[in-house]
Amino acid sequence: MDGNAPDFAAASRAALADPQLRGNFRRAMDGLMSKRAAQFADTGEWTGVRALAASVRLRALSKLPELLEKLEENCTRNGIAVHWAATTEEANAIALDILHKANAKLVVKGKSMVTEEMHLNAVLEKDGIEVLESDLGEYIVQLDGTMPSHIIMPAIHLNTKQIAHLFKRKIKDAESREDAAYLTDLARRVLRAKFQAADVGMSGVNAAVAETGTLCLIENEGNGRMCTTVPPVHIAFMGLEKVVETLEDVPPVISLLPRSATGQPITTYVNMISGPRKDGEKDGPREVHLVILDNGRSGIYADPELRDTLRCIRCGACMNHCPVYTKVGGHAYEAPYPGPIGKILVPQIEGLAKRGAMPHACTMCNACVEICPVKIPIVEIMGRLRVEAVKPGGAVKDGGAKASRAEAMVWSGWAAMNASPTAYRIATAAMSRLGNAAPASLPMLKEWTNVRTKPRFAGRTLHDLARAKGVPDV
Amino acid sequence: MSATPKPTRVYYFGTCLVDLFFPDAGMAGIELLQSQGLTVVFPQGQSCCGQPAYNSGYRADALKVARAQLDLFPGDDPIVVPSGSCAGMMKKHWPDLFHGEPDEAKAVQVAGRVWELTQFLVHVLDVQFTDKGEPVRVTWHASCHAQREMGVVEEPKSLLRQLANVELVELKREKECCGFGGTFAVRHPEISAAMVGDKVADIEGTGAARVVSGDCGCLLNITGALEAGAKAARGQHIAQFLKERIHGR
Amino acid sequence: MSDARSSILTKLRTTRDAHPLSPPASDFAPIEAKQWPDQERLPRIRRLMEAVHTEFLDATESDWPAVLREFLAREGVGSLLYAPATEAGKRLVEGWETASPSPPRGEAPHESPEGPAAHPPHPNPLPGGERGPNPTLIPYDRPLEDLKSHLFESIEAGLTTTRGAIAETGSLILWPTADEPRTLSLVPHIHIALLRADALYDTFLQAMREQGWAQAMPTNLLLVSGPSKTADIEQTLAYGVHGPKRLIVLVVHP
Repeated sequence: MDGNAPDFAAASRAALADPQLRGNFRRAMDGLMSKRAAQFADTGEWTGVRALAASVRLRALSKLPELLEKLEENCTRNGIAVHWAATTEEANAIALDILHKANAKLVVKGKSMVTEEMHLNAVLEKDGIEVLESDLGEYIVQLDGTMPSHIIMPAIHLNTKQIAHLFKRKIKDAESREDAAYLTDLARRVLRAKFQAADVGMSGVNAAVAETGTLCLIENEGNGRMCTTVPPVHIAFMGLEKVVETLEDVPPVISLLPRSATGQPITTYVNMISGPRKDGEKDGPREVHLVILDNGRSGIYADPELRDTLRCIRCGACMNHCPVYTKVGGHAYEAPYPGPIGKILVPQIEGLAKRGAMPHACTMCNACVEICPVKIPIVEIMGRLRVEAVKPGGAVKDGGAKASRAEAMVWSGWAAMNASPTAYRIATAAMSRLGNAAPASLPMLKEWTNVRTKPRFAGRTLHDLARAKGVPDV
Repeated sequence: MSATPKPTRVYYFGTCLVDLFFPDAGMAGIELLQSQGLTVVFPQGQSCCGQPAYNSGYRADALKVARAQLDLFPGDDPIVVPSGSCAGMMKKHWPDLFHGEPDEAKAVQVAGRVWELTQFLVHVLDVQFTDKGEPVRVTWHASCHAQREMGVVEEPKSLLRQLANVELVELKREKECCGFGGTFAVRHPEISAAMVGDKVADIEGTGAARVVSGDCGCLLNITGALEAGAKAARGQHIAQFLKERIHGR
Repeated sequence: MSDARSSILTKLRTTRDAHPLSPPASDFAPIEAKQWPDQERLPRIRRLMEAVHTEFLDATESDWPAVLREFLAREGVGSLLYAPATEAGKRLVEGWETASPSPPRGEAPHESPEGPAAHPPHPNPLPGGERGPNPTLIPYDRPLEDLKSHLFESIEAGLTTTRGAIAETGSLILWPTADEPRTLSLVPHIHIALLRADALYDTFLQAMREQGWAQAMPTNLLLVSGPSKTADIEQTLAYGVHGPKRLIVLVVHP
């Protein structure tokens, strides 16, 4: 991603103009919402497990530095090499160093949002290393030369027909068949050869257990297992917030993540890795590396209110339920994390100069807050970031980057009018009587009347009516 | 909540959108409360709950406006608001907004007395309405803040179901935002348009002659889109709809 | 990169100490409350796993190798990779030769009524391997590197044990060891898992507590709840994307 501020408004206009894309998202998100709802039909169970999962995440955050040290200690004891990276550049350098030592030519990857944050694939390709995404959705997106549009379902923006055309173009001997089973089998054949030949496998981490030095990964396809089992070297990447204290903290998280994400009771595989191949074992990687990435997270952690952002378990349910995401899809955000969690996480990581508009791409409807399995107050954080965007020198990178004297004056005038009963009475009287004469071409009214009639001022205010009808004032 | 003793006197906070665009709905709310034998007090000094500035990142301006409302509601009488969104701002966000301010305690006290209108009619007054209107099919639009900040989900629908000649057909996506979102509608007009477009289609699908709602922001958005699209359905605030039904017009 | 380590940890510690967090107590009761009577666990596991295309076979301690051989013969599976040094591996070899000749297709004495009937013949024929009534047993007796091409290119099925199964989600617990490598359950197109009908747990939490996992985690521990699947193409469920295309649970009744 370049340094220019992405233009969400322009990108979303393009998305809205594509009926195919809109249809794909509407159908997919409707399906995901109803499947999730079916999983949580028992509201008592949902409430109880949700409170437990939230407490697990909060407890982990309350002891974050200690748990990271314990994780490092136990991973090291298990034979997992632990690396720390303050920035994505450092993380990429660590990855390259490991790859060079392994003389790696081919890397297979399981899904990892952190490596999307790092733009790792581009870095590896520049270094002459072939890197292949192996999650089917990620593979499709990589073939298409685009980015994931959803953190759980990367290729959700494409339909079967589009994927069939893509495979026909990009895969040797592919038939032109719009059949998910055929296309899946085709990808299986291509990728199994790559798993077999790969020098290094890469993955993300869903939860890292400090108590046992265990990396937990969940998935349905088996590509995650392939990447972490078959190649001689495995490198796992995690954001520093992904640690949990004990092994028993894993079941509540695993209970809610797949149910929230895709409405399935559990993923096909829950893969718990506690070390490389031991003496006498016949398979498994000879080396396992864990890269712990900060990339702005310690800054998020510093603020007691923004800290809740780090509770996230990356289920993506907030996207599925976001009426804005549902309309424009993931690509419009031009960010590794789209949707509600993206709107609070990305501005904090990348700064408000570049991402200050993101927290405004939200109606504050709270649908995400209602379903978040770890109870992140997403909308409160969104509101806070709107404050930080116009207030220089706050807690967030590039605070005040969106400050505008004109806008500040508008609000200051608005406050003056609404804080004085006399000013309010005069202003509302004027608006009520004259407001309807305002031309629809005025700024704001112009946008409003694009698909709506002009709001009609009633002529008399409720204050007038109440007075006229003798409603007591005190 | 139903254990709350019935008060004899309530305050009414009309909200700025009602004031400017839907004063008749505001008045209807007052009359519904009066019809239950209550004394309704409408402090003339009131203006706005402060939400527009609060949600735009201008908290100091929001605080200034919210503070100007605080002294208008002395005592312990409930404060009834014909809007889930403004009620949510007062009840849920004023305590945060005033946090650490000298008048924090007063703000918390006022916030604790705030009720959304239908919530008050159902839980405190336990109203029983008799329908005198002609048969009509309606649908209900739930505002996001009424649902998710005030917890008002079934109350308005239970009131509509009391009306013998009113057939309530629920939206397929009742919980989905209509795309108003305050300044969102003008910051992101195309997305907002797409959202209200989906909402209008959902409303049309019910075959309802009216879409009833408890929030004027949503109503401005939805009725504006219904009119612009020359759709048959019309929007109305629930206070006005109820008042018309029980008076038979 | 130790600079990064200390600067990250120092920053976290300083800011946390400035604003400590007091998390609510973790109440595991909502998970502990999930319990099923003994007789309901297996049917529940079966129902949940069959819903995601897992197949079940029933057998006893004495006849499971024969049941397995019949199944493989009936399905035309030419090769089975197994762990020779495990108890199960030894039993398999012992029982293999004494197993009765495969019955004609359609006669399957050990299948449950709703088992294979619910599954039409598998649409994707398996590549490689020999076909016929006499599947070859292949011992996993060397490092992966020496078996890799065979494993990826010709071996059709792999047999593993389990450490039981979980009723809440319909999940098998796999505990690979030096004798029973992890790729046995991953690379072959068919994974066959032996499940003892008396090793059933209510929840993931209960299993890890009762088996004392936290005291000694294996290199790799897995929950497996079905054959490999994906919905990445327009949310259409497709089975067998990277891992096994079929998962057969061979239930060993006491």
